[in-house]
Amino acid sequence: MSGRPPAEDIETNAGATDRTPVDNADVCVVGAGPAGALVADRLADAGHEVVVLEAGPRFDPADRLARQERAIRPTDDRPEVWESDPERDAHSNSGEWFYPLNHARARGVGGSTLHWQGMVMRLHEADFNSKGDRGVGVDWPIDYSDLRPYYAAAEAAFGVAGGEIPFGPPREEPRPMPAFPPSYSDSLFAEACDELGIAMHPVPNARNSEAYDGRSKCVGYGTCQPVCPSGAKYDGTVHIESAEENGATVIDRAAVQRLNHDADRITAATYATPSGEHRQAADAFVIAAGGVETPRLLMLSASEQYPDGLANSSGAVGRFFMDHLFAGMGGRLDEPTRQNHVGFLTSESHQFYDDADDEFAPFKLEFFNYAGPSPVGMALTGDDWGDDLLGRLREDYGTHIAMGGLVEQLPRADSYVGLDESTTDNHGNPVPDMHWNVGDRALRTIERANEIQRSILEELGVEIEWTAGPDSTGPAYHHMGTTRMSDDPSEGVVDAECRTHDLGNCWIASSAVFPTGGAMNPTLTIAALALRVADAVDRAL
Amino acid sequence: MELTRRDAVSALTALGASVAVAGCSDAGSTAQQSGADAEIHDTMVAAAEVVYPDEVTGIDTFVTTFLESRLAGDSHAAGVADAVAAVNDRAEAWYDDRFVDLPAADRDSLLRELGADSAEPHREGTTAEEVRYYVVNELLLALYSSPTGGELVGLENPQGHAGGIDSYQRGPQA
Repeated sequence: MSGRPPAEDIETNAGATDRTPVDNADVCVVGAGPAGALVADRLADAGHEVVVLEAGPRFDPADRLARQERAIRPTDDRPEVWESDPERDAHSNSGEWFYPLNHARARGVGGSTLHWQGMVMRLHEADFNSKGDRGVGVDWPIDYSDLRPYYAAAEAAFGVAGGEIPFGPPREEPRPMPAFPPSYSDSLFAEACDELGIAMHPVPNARNSEAYDGRSKCVGYGTCQPVCPSGAKYDGTVHIESAEENGATVIDRAAVQRLNHDADRITAATYATPSGEHRQAADAFVIAAGGVETPRLLMLSASEQYPDGLANSSGAVGRFFMDHLFAGMGGRLDEPTRQNHVGFLTSESHQFYDDADDEFAPFKLEFFNYAGPSPVGMALTGDDWGDDLLGRLREDYGTHIAMGGLVEQLPRADSYVGLDESTTDNHGNPVPDMHWNVGDRALRTIERANEIQRSILEELGVEIEWTAGPDSTGPAYHHMGTTRMSDDPSEGVVDAECRTHDLGNCWIASSAVFPTGGAMNPTLTIAALALRVADAVDRAL
Repeated sequence: MELTRRDAVSALTALGASVAVAGCSDAGSTAQQSGADAEIHDTMVAAAEVVYPDEVTGIDTFVTTFLESRLAGDSHAAGVADAVAAVNDRAEAWYDDRFVDLPAADRDSLLRELGADSAEPHREGTTAEEVRYYVVNELLLALYSSPTGGELVGLENPQGHAGGIDSYQRGPQA
């Protein structure tokens, strides 16, 4: 008999039991998200002895339907879907803007790709030259051309379904899978966009539009965020499994406490497990713990030699924290809009992206397929049932329509991840302090995105009911900038190969190295950089 | 609109898991169940007849099939059993009868008097909160994440159901 396994019957002991260090490791990777998984897989495949230390647990794939129930039922908050631990994941907020960190990440094997949306665009060429081309921010020490082959490799690794984007950077071949066809509501938007001269085009999705790499095509569960029970959406467990098949060792519930080092090299990672503390030595270290935990670990590893934190001669560790800002608008249409059949997007517009300058940031527009509440979610939250409930559902579902968009924020020294020495986690370490600030250029651009969204929705005849504008925007959960890349050791933490300026055997594979963020979802760029890091480490070993 | 076995067992079949049909579709199979299991089954069916809209039919088979996977583990099954016992205790105390033998209007009233209509759903909470979680929301989750439940609202592929990637492309007249 099959059916829906209950949410509370999830077992949380799927991980390894032997969490002792690996002898003679060539490479120690900290973090088992998509970046760490790709680095580990590539280096293990190249014949290196690789060990991955992951602070969170390894989740049993068999539990994904039960996790989906947690996502649907109102009883569980979003962080509980992937076992966020309030003590382990404690954090502070001292910035002008509140940052909901534990809604923004998942900790465990697979990392935040466990709960991500799965949108995978390349940054545009100008994103790598923000200062030169747009007159603001900083330039990356690499160009699009440096990353272009790695983007292609990342698309193949993830399995990306997508069609041509007329405003995208040059590319050499189609994406690995055909795009998902446009939705019915896309066709409604298309009429309005045609009138306004706004181009719509497919969304590149790290989600199988056909069977790919041994994984199922999308079956339409509709809960992509925060959990895909079918495995059609890519997540980091794919390459963790591949890395293990290639001989890597992955140790879960191994929270790295500090990086032991001498003057210019890391010698070991000290990590805590449920059964005690260990030290993992290796020739090379790759920190792939995301834009928050990566700088935190460097700061927690402060020493006499590096009193402000490891690899922090520049003072940039933790600084320049960026996210993308959400701009959105929605309402009701006087006809069915067919929302909430799937949990992903099929159309966007990048038409205005390269209009960016010093006054307006790059931004993209999204056409939603899941505007308004889901009927099953509504059914579980009212004080009615029977015919009354059905009447309410019929009244509230069916005509919602909405647009979203992402806007770049510039790097600012006063937007940072620090340590809150007054609060400690389950291991007694100071927790991350989110000090997130956003500048006027981003806020102006949100208004600009809202203007275009309003023009489209009004052309469509939508009665607008809500706006996510400058006063009500929020983060897109893309943590960037906190160990940024620069050729100048006084300006950045890592060099153009993502190796730390201070420590010769330490690389960082993460959106933490982004000098600027663009306005494209960052994970494809994270993956491309991770593959490039793997090549660099391979050459260095 | 009739609930079918497809509604109850749709979830894992989309993943290619095998579904053993035999022995789980007989709506009159309560005689084969233990006394405690039969009480849970009968109470849940009686509650479903209240919390489901009138136009839904096939409730007994649907609930029987759905519960089979839900009660296979320990933790959830214990929660359902406790909530069902609480409902039946109240029925005996307040209405001097078994919940399943009460008229539908009294079953509706009992659930409301118990507070399950306005309570927040919790796994470990007050009686009202647990009845809301393990009885009312359990049944509503089953219905409105099923194809038939979705179609009641005009959504053939509701969240939680692996209904494929065709319906999102179709217009309302298709």
